[in-house]
Amino acid sequence: MSTPADHREGAHHGGGAVVGDGGAIHDIGYRRYDGERLGPLSIERALFVEGLRGAFGLGRTTKAKIVPFLLLAALLLPTVIITLVRVLTGDLLPVTYAAYLHSTQVLIAIFVASQAPALVSRDLRHRVVSLYFSRPITRTGYVRAKFAAMASATFLLMCAPLVSLFAGALIAELSFREEFPEFLIGIAAAALIALLLAGISLAIASCTPRRGIGVAAIIAVLLVLAVVEQFVDAIGNETGHDALEEWSSVLSPFSLVRSIAHHLLRGDTLSIAAAPSTATGLGYLAAWAGFIALTVGFLVLRYRKVSVS
Amino acid sequence: MIISTSGLTRRFGSITAIDGLTLKVEAGTVGLVGANGAGKSTLIKILLGLLPASSGAASVLGHDVKADGIAIRRRVGYMPEHDCLPPDVTATEFVVHMARMSGLPFSVARERTADTLRHVGLYEERYRAMGGYSTGMKQRVKLAQALVHDPELVLLDEPTNGLDPAGRDEMLELIARIDSEFGISVLVTSHLLGELERVCDSVVLIDGGKLMRHTMTADVTGATGIVALEVDGDNAPLAALLTSRGVAAVAVGRTLEVQVAEEQQFDIVRDAVVELSLGLVRLERRRHHMTELFVPTEGDAHVDAS
Repeated sequence: MSTPADHREGAHHGGGAVVGDGGAIHDIGYRRYDGERLGPLSIERALFVEGLRGAFGLGRTTKAKIVPFLLLAALLLPTVIITLVRVLTGDLLPVTYAAYLHSTQVLIAIFVASQAPALVSRDLRHRVVSLYFSRPITRTGYVRAKFAAMASATFLLMCAPLVSLFAGALIAELSFREEFPEFLIGIAAAALIALLLAGISLAIASCTPRRGIGVAAIIAVLLVLAVVEQFVDAIGNETGHDALEEWSSVLSPFSLVRSIAHHLLRGDTLSIAAAPSTATGLGYLAAWAGFIALTVGFLVLRYRKVSVS
Repeated sequence: MIISTSGLTRRFGSITAIDGLTLKVEAGTVGLVGANGAGKSTLIKILLGLLPASSGAASVLGHDVKADGIAIRRRVGYMPEHDCLPPDVTATEFVVHMARMSGLPFSVARERTADTLRHVGLYEERYRAMGGYSTGMKQRVKLAQALVHDPELVLLDEPTNGLDPAGRDEMLELIARIDSEFGISVLVTSHLLGELERVCDSVVLIDGGKLMRHTMTADVTGATGIVALEVDGDNAPLAALLTSRGVAAVAVGRTLEVQVAEEQQFDIVRDAVVELSLGLVRLERRRHHMTELFVPTEGDAHVDAS
């Protein structure tokens, strides 16, 4: 079998050696492989890394990189401005890490909405799942890898402005002793938000093989939840139902985590007037865990039903 | 033995997709033939350990399908019937990823991807996004992802589907090489009986989930006593002459079907052609075709014989 590719490879490896008439000296036929084969966990890790990179468009087309990096820039820009104001004017500006995540929630929601369908809808639409599930990876392992990838990507996205904000605070010579614990609370809040959003977004995305529908559905759900939360909060405020006002934040992922940060981590969220209460905090944490269990459980069941052919 | 099933049954509600199938398949290339809905894809899913059997047992490469699905899927490659390629990545990127999903380390995955794509006949195209591939190229990539991790057995579900006659021949040639050159056993399904006899050591015919026949191809397509004879002229006098000399000859269109029992009778045929001053165009020993065997006996099996 002499082909153009063989000729080229032959020429390349041969380094100008005399190769006779054909030149196809490197067609060595089929080679068996009896080297190392990785186990299901290593395969899951490879799928996780691919998904994590893919969420930022790495290893995908140039077009796929635009949205994640635009959002990253949009999240970082205010932190640079805040730092500049702090350094140049000496005005310390009331910004905290947990509050920053809450006020940029639309950007984070867009990131999740745009990337979750890319992670799972694509495999469903083009039926690549049948190739995954005919390999040594379990359906639960597939869900685990995708969930970890989505959560990690969202977490890293949120970490970027927090780190920038913290570095800026140090440059502006704010007290390290005061800033550092708040920074850590911000990172913890980012982790809690990331896990919650990954569950919700993947559960929605796994229901449709159409990417566009997935994007719209996730955005809609996250925005509607935020609006409903504010609505219920306002009703509680107007009618004097404190419980309604206090628990309304369960309805929105960002507010839910902000409440955990306030009540349990005792962070400064700038917005919650009620005194921190561990009991309330644990209630919110239970709600958070419940949402994760619900969405991940749904994903596992969903993928058990996905057909291979 | 690469595949063995005993009393394998799978029901979906009131439908019995696989019905008491007992089968032993030796290493080599085996064809699984049946009409659409005969249970071929269901059987493949059971063999991959992805679908539990309702009753009965099956093992692949010595692993029980129920208990050891992962072990089977490590050593088996699967090419689905349907499209399964994302359009926005290149064949190289895709097959490397699939190799890693089969457990190959990254550098090995890249090396074997390049090799495998070359073996299935994909060269420059492998650096282009797969969305623009022809059906033939897509089938090659699907085959490559099933072979890239060097399995011991590949399950190919209707690999010739949607291909034109030339593409079909190329795919069959490729399938023949998987066993003969690569040393990988093959289970290949088709709803066309005719095409598989060229590449398979044995053919399993199923219908309604039941085993109809399991035959070694060599037994079936062995030589017959009939020789096809074609001459460039009127063959009627030749038929008469041959018959008068004790060699039965019947004209079928331009071809004479000559019943040859002994070696010496070839000499009689040759001499007769020379005596009548005819030019000998073709003298060929007829082989049986699988279709002759299956179709009359299994008249109710809806197999497209081609």
